[in-house]
Amino acid sequence: MSLSHKDVQEILRLLEETDYRELTLETEHFTLKLQQDEEGWTQQVNTEASDKTPVTSAVASIAESSSVESAASEEGLLDIRAPMVGTFYNAPKPGAAPFVEIGSSVNQDTVIAIIEVMKLMNSIPAGLNGEIVEILIEDAQFVEKGQLLMRVRPS
Amino acid sequence: MTAVKSINRLLIANRGEIAVRIIRTCQTLGIETVLAASAADLDSIPARMADQVIKIGPPPSLQSYLNVDAVLQAALQTSADAIHPGYGFLSENASLAQACSDNNIIFIGPTVAQLNAIGDKLKARENAVAANLPIVPGGSVNNPQDAEKLAAEIGYPVLIKAVGGGGGRGMQVVHGEADLAKIMTLARAEAENAFNDDRIYLECFVASGRHVEVQVLGDGKQVIHLGTRDCSIQRRYQKLVEEAPAPCLNDELREKMQSAAVAFAQHLDYQGAGTVEFLVDVERNSFYFLEMNARIQVEHPVTEAITGLDLVAQQIRVAEGRPLGISQDDVIFNGHAIECRLNAEDCQNDFQPSPGKVTRAQFPAGAGIRIDTHIESGITVPPYYDSLLGKLIVWGEDRTEAIARLQHALALCHLEGVESNIGLHQAILATQEFIEGGVDTRFLKQMLDTTTAGELANG
Repeated sequence: MSLSHKDVQEILRLLEETDYRELTLETEHFTLKLQQDEEGWTQQVNTEASDKTPVTSAVASIAESSSVESAASEEGLLDIRAPMVGTFYNAPKPGAAPFVEIGSSVNQDTVIAIIEVMKLMNSIPAGLNGEIVEILIEDAQFVEKGQLLMRVRPS
Repeated sequence: MTAVKSINRLLIANRGEIAVRIIRTCQTLGIETVLAASAADLDSIPARMADQVIKIGPPPSLQSYLNVDAVLQAALQTSADAIHPGYGFLSENASLAQACSDNNIIFIGPTVAQLNAIGDKLKARENAVAANLPIVPGGSVNNPQDAEKLAAEIGYPVLIKAVGGGGGRGMQVVHGEADLAKIMTLARAEAENAFNDDRIYLECFVASGRHVEVQVLGDGKQVIHLGTRDCSIQRRYQKLVEEAPAPCLNDELREKMQSAAVAFAQHLDYQGAGTVEFLVDVERNSFYFLEMNARIQVEHPVTEAITGLDLVAQQIRVAEGRPLGISQDDVIFNGHAIECRLNAEDCQNDFQPSPGKVTRAQFPAGAGIRIDTHIESGITVPPYYDSLLGKLIVWGEDRTEAIARLQHALALCHLEGVESNIGLHQAILATQEFIEGGVDTRFLKQMLDTTTAGELANG
């Protein structure tokens, strides 16, 4: 079971008839903490993690993403790192030619990828001048902020 | 009409706050819940609340929440007798509805035929005309020559829309003939990509209008309306603040729109909860049909707040094959409600989404305040899905009381660890235009153009 906003209002109504300024209600399923300060009442809920084990749907066993092994790099290369978390796309749309390939020359403003975060598509500029020497990420893979995407031989 | 079939176990093919919302109603109705979750959501709040969780795929929605086969298999495997698709994802997907019907599973939503009649925006326009609803001048175009001819007829600026689009996606404004062919090609490619359907159509672009919608409920025979909602406060076609009833609208226009919405739904013998969206030109005292949304909507709580009805319970009731338990006369409107969408985005940094771990989540509580959320302290907001953290809904005897309560409630919202748009809502509420009511869809952009980033800080 859980609490509805009506339950919370009902508890508050009872509480307001008393001098109490704080109430913590703990059950097997959740903890509700109501507090009053000079501004008013606030609520914090913590729903307990259940011990049920999720089953897996029959068709959900598609191979999970593989990561690309980093090759030994030459000296003097510059890094292009992901400026945000999200899903990395190497082309403007599926099936289109990639923004850059190994050997592509880029400048500060050259778009090298799209990173999608929370349904927002962000164009990622190279941010430096040079030639793409290594691409360390595959299309449609998830990237962490700061993750190494490409290496560039500066020009 | 099909026979009544009670739902005992319901699979929720969604996530976030709407999954929590559906579980709550199921608990009230004594329906067992199964949450179909991606790998990223196995420890989410709805996953903790549901009676069962089934993993339907890896985090990306295309492989999980948008995967018809995975959702269907999950329902079959857990012997669920119904699927509630929530909003977004597969909520208006005719293939899922068809697959449900083929497998003797109840799809909580309209029929396949109704989904097709509404999902195809050109068919929806035809149906609107057949039901005598005013539509925005426009029509389908297949090539740049047709488009130029039609655009010249209706006058620039025009709006290019994807036939398979909706929910604010797949739209482009064209200001003159010089850009038309180019934007049209782009729009077709984008539509093909996003909706697997490259058909587009042109509409007259009404620059100044209010977005007002009417909530309807149908059981396949009878259709009733639950009043209006104003959703004019939008950023890039995404709604931010919604209220019910729509403010500053004369009674005659409101009644006409409500009747038009009922007529449209009646024309389709609509079954389920739906929303008929209109563009309102207040100066000319007229309105135009935009589209119908054949699902529960994000902003449904404001309607619940002024009618006292549980829309999810109504959806379930109708899906079970029961008639609506209420008639139009039973719907009593009481007071005013406003909803703020709390999003994980950095308003001071060009609205950049802000996924991550929520270190503190404290919300206001009290009379007239409702919080619909899947966020608690310690919950991680994954980067794969939309940025909605929750909804703050307030109710007041009238609009003035609702605004006062909302201002107070926003000040008591504390979200830490991720950026949020609480400050933006506070800035909106502080404007004279909002307080007066009845702003149009250009309002937020104009406000943002004259607001510094610092003024959007959470106050």
